[in-house]
Amino acid sequence: MTSLLRALALLLALGCAGAAAAQDFAGLIAALPGGSYADRAKVVKDLGLTGDPRALVVLRALEADDLKVLADGTPVIVNDKTGAAVAAVDGSDRGTPAADSLDRVKVNNAVRRALRSAIGMLTLRDPDPARRLAAARDALKAADPDQIEALDAALAAETDAGVAATLAEARAAAVLKSPDAAGPDQLAAIATLAARGDDAARAALTPVAASAKPDLAKAAQAALARIDEAQRFWGLAQNLWYGLSLGSVLMLAAVGLAITFGVMGVINMAHGELVMLGAYTTFVVQQVIRAEAPGLFGWSLVIAAPLAFVVAGAVGVVIERGIVRHLYGRPLETLLATWGVSLMLQQAVRSAFGPDNRDVGNPGWMSGAFHLGQMQITWNRLWILVFAFAVFAVLLMVLKRTPIGLQMRAVTQNRAMAANMGIRTGRVDALTFGLGSGIAGLAGVALSQIDNVSPNLGQNYIVDSFMVVVFGGAGNIWGTMAGAFTLGIANKFLEPFAGAVLGKILILVGIILFIQKRPRGLFAVKGRAVEA
Amino acid sequence: MIDRRMGIFLAGLFVLAVVVPVGNLALAGQPVPTYLVALIGKYLCYALLAVALDLVWGYCGILSLGHGAFFALGGYAMGMYLMREIGDRGVYANPSVPDFMVFIGWKELPWYWWGFDHFALAAAMVVIAPGLLAFVFGWFAFRSRVTGVYLSIITQAMTYALMLAFFRNDMGFGGNNGLTDFKDILGFDLAQPATKVGLMVLSALALAGGLVLARWVTGSRLGKVLVCVRDAESRTRFLGYRVEHYKLFIFTLSAMMAGVAGALYVPQVGIINPSEFSPANSIEIVIWVALGGRGTLVGAALGAIVVAAAKTVLTGALPEAWLYALGALFILVTLVLPTGVVGALEDTLSRLRGTPPRKEAKA
Repeated sequence: MTSLLRALALLLALGCAGAAAAQDFAGLIAALPGGSYADRAKVVKDLGLTGDPRALVVLRALEADDLKVLADGTPVIVNDKTGAAVAAVDGSDRGTPAADSLDRVKVNNAVRRALRSAIGMLTLRDPDPARRLAAARDALKAADPDQIEALDAALAAETDAGVAATLAEARAAAVLKSPDAAGPDQLAAIATLAARGDDAARAALTPVAASAKPDLAKAAQAALARIDEAQRFWGLAQNLWYGLSLGSVLMLAAVGLAITFGVMGVINMAHGELVMLGAYTTFVVQQVIRAEAPGLFGWSLVIAAPLAFVVAGAVGVVIERGIVRHLYGRPLETLLATWGVSLMLQQAVRSAFGPDNRDVGNPGWMSGAFHLGQMQITWNRLWILVFAFAVFAVLLMVLKRTPIGLQMRAVTQNRAMAANMGIRTGRVDALTFGLGSGIAGLAGVALSQIDNVSPNLGQNYIVDSFMVVVFGGAGNIWGTMAGAFTLGIANKFLEPFAGAVLGKILILVGIILFIQKRPRGLFAVKGRAVEA
Repeated sequence: MIDRRMGIFLAGLFVLAVVVPVGNLALAGQPVPTYLVALIGKYLCYALLAVALDLVWGYCGILSLGHGAFFALGGYAMGMYLMREIGDRGVYANPSVPDFMVFIGWKELPWYWWGFDHFALAAAMVVIAPGLLAFVFGWFAFRSRVTGVYLSIITQAMTYALMLAFFRNDMGFGGNNGLTDFKDILGFDLAQPATKVGLMVLSALALAGGLVLARWVTGSRLGKVLVCVRDAESRTRFLGYRVEHYKLFIFTLSAMMAGVAGALYVPQVGIINPSEFSPANSIEIVIWVALGGRGTLVGAALGAIVVAAAKTVLTGALPEAWLYALGALFILVTLVLPTGVVGALEDTLSRLRGTPPRKEAKA
């Protein structure tokens, strides 16, 4: 009942304020050109507090130096391209006055500040919630006690919960600054800001913590402590997210290797170049789409993914049939021969596409970011994480649930026995290698979204992917997943202390030491397979 | 101890070490230009590096993909001495610290640069630094029986980590640019042809010495055990040999040889920077040995010289073609010439003479 009454009272007050504004809007506009800069700043501020949408147009014009005064003293807004003038008060047409008959309404820095704040206040009523949110954030930063009333009004009219919360916080910050606000009101404001818990809240609370009123200071100090805790938590969460994101990239790059190296025991040094081929496939697909069907650009990655799989997979099959097949049982020679392949692929791409970075665009749904608490999450990183898990799940399904997966496992466990059972081992080898290579191509599609697409793309990932597979344990793709995320998260948690390069070095040294302890990785295959 | 193929190679090396100085310094018209002298010196350093790798790979089955790191460490030790030799003749004319330290605002020499103005200490560090790294790394790796491709990959990780580390400016090794602008060595001006000839002859001597040492080690009882380790590691262990000790010894020795090669290389090319640590460089060493023939020593040295010379020619004439050629070389050698050119040649010769070819044990 009381809340209903309060709402009613507020509406009434708003109505009165609106009526008052209508009366003095014209007066304020007329007063704008006159007086000193200080007077002008005062008028600008009052205009902002009217909440009148017409004021926004005038203030924007003033900010852009388009507000002029006619010879008869009427303020007009002049379009600086056509020179056409309209009256500032009601927008009526005033023709095209000669430029030298106009007097510019000048502004200085103090007026500019007032302008920004006033425009912010007026934008609080903008129909677009994103604009209102930005304005509310500005108000939070400004923390101007004079804006309290306007914020109250905007708060009452606000329908979007997110914007309303920010408005309330902005109001709280303003209340804290206000010298004549009541004690309980300020305590409530401290609580509101503490709940927000970010840098803006900290900035508003810090002066209060040193305030002369002991209860306020104490509350503010407690709030600051809470904010510290919240920021530590979100810092941790953000690090964790970065780690997961890096882990997903590593997993994508390494999971194909886990098939060729882990399952087949073939060291494929050209794996990085297969990733690069996937990225270049994406580039070519986007070029074709840009030229032929720009409307499909949003689908470019969806189209590129299967193509990249096929391209990289086909190259993989050719490598297996042409080279690796002759070198089974001689892992060191395989390593050298596939290194040769990697050099040739690099040079081939360099000759075909040039040595420079190629521009691969982000489709709309991959660009931008959103906030979760105080964390910023970019869409492309999120989608890559999802994609990595999807690839992993499909791969697991293929290996565990399909006939070809069964044959792959049979051949790698006991080639002779598998051949006796009628499995065409040569064909299975080619398909397994092709599968691992195809997944490298898929990784390339994802990496093209976050990394430079250049002939050196693969080189940057090859050492890391081998580390992941070796760390996770060859022959077990679950190990690859665990290895990728462990290394990714460890890397991101080391970075703040050690710096990016030193962090990476520490990780490498860590892996070298880890291999001493568990030479077969985190998830070693036990039993007879070990010596194979 | 010196068999026929090493005899022929050493004789050739001797001829080279006589003809090149005479051609460059004594004969009128200079039939051997000075740039060629430095180039030959560089190839000889590569050859010594290849011999070092052949010692561990050809005779002990350890495929190190990180030998470039030992080479570069030796090079850095020499480079540090050469940097200190510049003294106050640098751009900033600062007598107490090298130019790059002035540039990043360091006032004093960090402790690990102390004493590098003495050649003796630098020369000792040329073998101690890579030897120590190899000893520590090998001690960890061989003790826990990391073998085969796993070892190859972690040696690669080692050199990669070192590359990242040396790229950092605050390591105090010149960061990205490395050490360069050397003036003289032991008072001899590095720009003088006579100094270049001297360094080249020194490299030839080092290569000859390295070959003889490697031959001596592999011909000894210890060398026989090494070959056993290569061919049947578990069996050797079961016979009572401490496999890891043999491996550690040969790995450390090889790293020291690589360090010497690096130290001779740096004054001849005039620069050492972190890209020498790059994994690709280390793999290139492997192809020298593979092409020449692993386990032949002389073949490794020849392979290094031939591939390095081909690189110089091809990157000059057809820059696009070099990586294709190198890639094709990797593939062809592993598929068609598993024993390398020298191995294939000798097999063919002995087959022609009707003697049974030497048996190649399966790795």
